[in-house]
Amino acid sequence: MSRHPATPLRRYLRPRQLHPGAWWIWALGLAVACTSTTNPVLLALLIALIALVVVLRRPEAPWAMSFGMYLWLGVFIVVMRTVFRIVFSGDGPTVLFTIPFPEPPEWIAEAGGTLFGPVSAEALASGLYDGMRLAAMVICIGAANSLANPKRLLAAVPPALYELGSVVVVAVSVFPQLAESVVRVTRARRLRADQSGRRHWLRTVMMPVFVDALDRSIALAASMDSRGYGRRGNQSRAARRVTSLLLLGALLLLCAAAYGLFDPGAFGGSGRWLLGLALAAAGLSTALAGRRSVHTRYRPGRWHLAETLVAACGVATAVGFSRLAAADPGLVFPSVHPLEWPTASPAALACCLVAALPAVLAPPTQAPARVVEHAASPVPTPRARSLRMGEAS
Amino acid sequence: MIEFERVGVRYHDAPTPVLREVSFVVDEGEFALVAGRTGAGKSTLLGAVNGHVPQFTGGTLVGHVRIAGRDTRDHAPRELAHLVGRVGQNPLEGFVTDTVERELAYGMEQLGTAPRRMRTRVEETLDLLGIADLRDRPLLTLSGGQQQRVAIGAVLAAGARVLVLDEPTSALDPTSAEEVLAALLRLVHDLGTTVLIAEHRLERVAEYADRLVLLTGDGGVRNGAPATLLAGMEIAPPVVQLGAALGWRPLPVSVRQARRLAPGLRARLAGADPDQHPVPEEPAASLPGTSDGLLARRIEVDYGTVLAVRGVDVELPAGRVTVLLGRNGSGKSSLLWALSGAGRIDGGEFRVGDTDLTRAGVTEVRDHVRMVPQNAADLLYLDTVAAECATADRAAAQRPGTCRAILDALAAGIPGGRNPRDLSEGQKLALVLAIQLTGNPRVVLLDEPTRGLDYLAKESLRRTVRGLAAAGSAVCLATHDVEFAAQVADRAVVMASGEVIAVGSSREVLASSAIFSPQVARVLAPAEWLTVGQVVRALKAIGG
Repeated sequence: MSRHPATPLRRYLRPRQLHPGAWWIWALGLAVACTSTTNPVLLALLIALIALVVVLRRPEAPWAMSFGMYLWLGVFIVVMRTVFRIVFSGDGPTVLFTIPFPEPPEWIAEAGGTLFGPVSAEALASGLYDGMRLAAMVICIGAANSLANPKRLLAAVPPALYELGSVVVVAVSVFPQLAESVVRVTRARRLRADQSGRRHWLRTVMMPVFVDALDRSIALAASMDSRGYGRRGNQSRAARRVTSLLLLGALLLLCAAAYGLFDPGAFGGSGRWLLGLALAAAGLSTALAGRRSVHTRYRPGRWHLAETLVAACGVATAVGFSRLAAADPGLVFPSVHPLEWPTASPAALACCLVAALPAVLAPPTQAPARVVEHAASPVPTPRARSLRMGEAS
Repeated sequence: MIEFERVGVRYHDAPTPVLREVSFVVDEGEFALVAGRTGAGKSTLLGAVNGHVPQFTGGTLVGHVRIAGRDTRDHAPRELAHLVGRVGQNPLEGFVTDTVERELAYGMEQLGTAPRRMRTRVEETLDLLGIADLRDRPLLTLSGGQQQRVAIGAVLAAGARVLVLDEPTSALDPTSAEEVLAALLRLVHDLGTTVLIAEHRLERVAEYADRLVLLTGDGGVRNGAPATLLAGMEIAPPVVQLGAALGWRPLPVSVRQARRLAPGLRARLAGADPDQHPVPEEPAASLPGTSDGLLARRIEVDYGTVLAVRGVDVELPAGRVTVLLGRNGSGKSSLLWALSGAGRIDGGEFRVGDTDLTRAGVTEVRDHVRMVPQNAADLLYLDTVAAECATADRAAAQRPGTCRAILDALAAGIPGGRNPRDLSEGQKLALVLAIQLTGNPRVVLLDEPTRGLDYLAKESLRRTVRGLAAAGSAVCLATHDVEFAAQVADRAVVMASGEVIAVGSSREVLASSAIFSPQVARVLAPAEWLTVGQVVRALKAIGG
C-alpha cells in the first residue's frame, strides 16, 4: 500500500463530473467557431471531434443519452437545406440535372424566384454548406446538454434568480414527460377499437396527454409548495417588493441597452453609457437580492483547473477561427461562385484539434455502478421469511 | 402532534361537505392509519394536515387543524415544510431534482439549512432509509420502492417530524411495499416520527397501526384502536375477519397474533380438503376444451437494453381466471402487452382457439383479445360517458346500448352526461372495462386492475371477472394484490426476470409462496386454505 501523497496528475485525473458551466462555455465557444465558417471539411471535422468528446466524457445518466437525437436533428437540417435548394433552384453555371416544371406560380415569379428547373452544383453546395453550419451549431448545444446536466446548470444561477431558475427547471422537465406520455397513450389507444381511425389522432391522443401533463404539473407544484419552495423566511413583504422592483428595473435597462447596441443611432451616442448603467444596475440588484435570499446550496459545483482548461479550449477555438477568417477568408468561406474544392490548412486543423482536447483534459466521469432493478434491500423486512418459491413449481 | 378540532371541509360547487365536525388527536410518535371508502375524504383529511387543503386546492375549512401547536390558518404549507412532509402515491410526480442526493437536499435548500449541516443530514438520511448505495443514481432509474423511500427521505431530511402518506404502497409489489413500511416503522420507533398514512389495502398496514382513523363516508370519522374499530367491518383485513368469524378474543390484527390463536382451528380443519371448497364460489364454465383459450409459446419481448420476457410459455384456458404475479419489472406487463397485439413481440407464437395471431395486426388480435392497461384512463378521450359508450358500440358493431348495459352491470348509476375525467378510479375502470368488453372478447387481459380501488369496487370487479369466466372467456389479470388474487383466481402464474417460475392452481401456487400467500394461508400453513369464506364454508360442512 502506497504511503506517498497522490501526485498532482493522479489527483487531477480522479473521476468526477465537471462544473456544468465549463462544458457550456466550451460548447458555446465551439458554436461560435462553427458560425464563423462554411468550410464543410472543417465543419465535418468539428462535428466528429465533438462526438468523440461526448462519447468519452458524458456521464451515465438519462439526460446524457440525448446526443444521438441531436445528431439526427443535424442530419435533418442538412437534408432540408439541400432539398430547399433543389426546389427553389438557385442559378449557377454547372447544371447537374433539370427537373421539368411548367410554370412557377405568379407570386414566386414576382419575387424573382424559380421553382425546380435546372439544379446547379453551386446551389447544392451552398445549401449543403449552410445546412452543415446550422447543424454543427445545434450539435454543439446537444453536446453541452449531454455532458452537463441542464438542471445543475440552472441551479448554478445567482441566488437572486433562484426562483426563476426553478420555474425554468420545471418547464424543461415537462418535455421529456410529454414525450413519454405520447408514447404511452398512443400504445394504449391501439387497444381500443375505433372507427374514427387516424383522422382524430390529435384529439384522441393529445387529449389524455395534456390532461396528464396538467395533472403532473399540479402534483409537482403541490409537492414544491409543501416542501418549502418560495418560503419567505424572516423577510418582510416590503423588502421582497423592493428587491423584485430593482430586478425588474435592471432587466428593462438591459433590454434598452441591448437595443442601443444593435442600433448605434438609437440613443444619440449615449448607448455605451446606457449599457454601463444597465450592467451596474443588474449587478447591484442581483447582489442585493442574493444577500436577502433565504436559500442555501447543497454541494455547489467547484471550479478547478480542469474546468478552466476545458472552458479555455472552447474560447481558444472561437478566437482561432475568427483569426483564420481574418487571415485567410478563402479557406474559412470556400467559394461557391465559382465552385471550388474546399481545403484545409495546418492552422485550421490545429484549431479543430484544440476543440477536441477536453476528451483528454477533462477527468473521466464516474460511471455509477449499474444496480440491477430491485437489488437486495438493506432494510430488513418486518416479516423476513425464507423463500420457498421453489416448492411451488 | 396533529390535532383536528371540529374540522369541516367543503369544496366549491359541492352540495355536501367532504368532512364534517371531525375531531381527533394523533400523539407524537404514533403510527396512525386513515381508512375509508373512495370519496370518503381520505385525501382531503391528509391534505388538511399541512394546510394544503384548502390553501392550495380551494374550498373552505371550518374548525382548526393544529400541527405541533401551530394553526394551519396562520401558516402557508411552505412555512410548515420543516414540520410536515407529504408523500404521494406516485413519488416521481413530486421529485424536483434528478438524482437521489440532490433530491434529499432540495427541501433543506429551501429552508436555508447551513451547507455543513445539510451534508451531514443527507448522509444520515441515506443510512436511515437504507439507500446509501443509490446516492448518485438518477431518480428515473430507481424501482418504485426505492423511489418511495427517497421521497420519504427527502421530507425527513428537511426535518419533518410528521409524515403524511397518501397510499404510498399502492403501486408496489408486496416486497417493495414491505421495504417502504419497514423504513416507516423504523422512523416511528427510532426517531419518534409521527406517521399518518392512508391505505386501501389494510392487510398491509393494519398490524403496525397504533390508531385507526376511520372515515365513515358521511363526513364523520371514528377513531381508536384498530382491533376494536375493525371488528365486523367489511374493509377489515382477512386476519381480522377470520378472528371475528371464529369469535377469537382479543381480535387478532397481525398474522402472528392470529397464528398463535389458531392451533385449535388448524386441528379442526385437519381432516378437511381445501379442494372440496373451491374459493371462487361462482361456478366456472363447463369447459368446452382448452383449445378455446389462449395458448402462447416461447414469447419474447426485447427492448434492446432489456430482455423483458424470455421465452415464456403460458396458457389461459377458457372459463378460467389466471392471475399473473411477480415483482415490479418481472415482465408481467410486457407479456400482457405482447398478447394484446399492441405491444412488442420479438419471438414465439400465440393462438386463440384455432386462430394463429402471432403475425396478425392489432385490429385482428383485438377481435379475440381485449386488454385494460394499468393506466386505464389513457383509453378515454371523449367528453361524456354516453359518447364513449356509443363509440364503443359502433366500433364493435354492436347494437346501441350494449356498452351502457355492461357498464350498468359493473357500476350502476353513472350519469351519461358526466365527463369521464371526473369519475372516481373505480368508475373509470368500470367504464374502460365496459368499453373493452363490448363485443364479447374470448380473452380478457387486465393489468393491475385493483390499483386505487376500495373494498366495494374490488368486490364488484371480482364479480365481473368471475362472470366473464362463467360466460366462457379466458381472463388473465396481473396484480400485486395477493388477497384479491386469492379470491378471484383459479390458476396462478408467477414470473421473475422475464421467465415463468411457477404455474399451477391458485391453491398450489399461492398457499406455498413466501411472498404471494394471502393472510389466511399464512395463519393456517402448512394446510392450503386461501380465504376466510373458504374456511367458514369448510367449518360449516364439518359441523353440519
